[in-house]
Amino acid sequence: MTDNSVAVVSEPSRRASFLEQLPLLVALVVLWMLLWGSLTPLTIVTGIVVALGVTRAFYLPPVELSGRFNPFWFAVFLGRFLGELAIASFQVALQAFAAAPVPRSAILRVDLRTRSDFIMTGVSLAVSLVPGSLVIELDRTNARLYVHQLNARTPDEIEKARAHVLSLEHDLLRAWGSRDEWQAVRS
Amino acid sequence: MIDVVLYLAGGMLAVAGLLLLYRVVVGPSLVDRVIASDVLLTTLIIVVGAEMAINGHTRTIPLMVVLAVIGILGSVSVARFVQRAPSSSASGGEGEL
Amino acid sequence: MIADLLRASTSFVDSEPVATVLDAVAAVLILLAAFLTLAAAVGLIRFPDALARLHAATKPQILGVILVVIAIALSVRSWVVLLLLIPVIVFQLLTAPISAHMVGRAGYRAGDYDPDTLAVDELAPDVAAAGTSDLPGGGFDDESGTAQRQQGGS
Repeated sequence: MTDNSVAVVSEPSRRASFLEQLPLLVALVVLWMLLWGSLTPLTIVTGIVVALGVTRAFYLPPVELSGRFNPFWFAVFLGRFLGELAIASFQVALQAFAAAPVPRSAILRVDLRTRSDFIMTGVSLAVSLVPGSLVIELDRTNARLYVHQLNARTPDEIEKARAHVLSLEHDLLRAWGSRDEWQAVRS
Repeated sequence: MIDVVLYLAGGMLAVAGLLLLYRVVVGPSLVDRVIASDVLLTTLIIVVGAEMAINGHTRTIPLMVVLAVIGILGSVSVARFVQRAPSSSASGGEGEL
Repeated sequence: MIADLLRASTSFVDSEPVATVLDAVAAVLILLAAFLTLAAAVGLIRFPDALARLHAATKPQILGVILVVIAIALSVRSWVVLLLLIPVIVFQLLTAPISAHMVGRAGYRAGDYDPDTLAVDELAPDVAAAGTSDLPGGGFDDESGTAQRQQGGS
């Protein structure tokens, strides 16, 4: 189990406490009930058993949540994300049919301001899910993403793409970042 | 009207499937094939789902769930394989990067 | 068990005009999803290199599946069905970026892209500076990632 300590940069060699695992357990039980499509005592009990078994058998390093969650701003983030997803999907779709579909792309480096693995994962997911941008490499120690961006030719467009990733980070920090990180980005 | 939807959607999905199959067969690289087969699997999810919506039944929902869950396995395992291959065969490959 | 629930499930309002509208919306959503899938296939054929094709691939995987799931819920008109289908969307949202990232990373390392289509490549110098194929602390390679992290931490 010593290998797992690597994942927690700040506090090495520490197993996740029960409280830290609770959100994961709850999520697993809810998923179990959704898969069965029913909310009965039997699915709750078997769900808890399976969730405990899974988290014991496939032990993952604890995910450090920030301890702050703002549902309103998270809804704003989700809405923005879905909107961008829809628009970008159709843009890339139309480009596939365009007369000369040779998109010029760029690989850009984006230095995130957050140090939280959780936020970094969220930003990477959002960036990768929206068509047109894709995280192809990431450097966890320096919170640095390498984003492959479709249709970025001019320096202007490249800076715009970079600013876009950072603004996604801004929005996610507003919803889910720790107080310190949100204050730092807020300006 | 439902017939029109069935033929239009079915036609588009069938053409998509054939094009993807072409990309899987032709390649040129392993990565291309993986991407195409990944999209082929997603196309299958959409076909199963569209059929349910058009015919108004829910019998194949478990199939959709299973496809969505296992969809990642193939591409991830091949991606591991691809990324190991060049560095183990020749370190000269890194020069290109 | 699922079937029991579906039978017991409360349906949406089922008056005649509402049903027609819902069916029409479902039909449009299905057509959009099919169009996105077709566009992805065309993009996969026409885009020049593996990394660009990867972008074409992500559309039906996310938006297409979401549209079809909504279409099913509208056409069957049951909330329980929507709940049953949420795992499909969740799994897609979680797994599609991971597989895209891993495939893209592998494609970049295998040199599976056309450098001429790249306006800027800010990754190449950093890879060269790192000296190995692995960036500091990057990626899924547990052993090297561990070593790099310990260097960085001390």
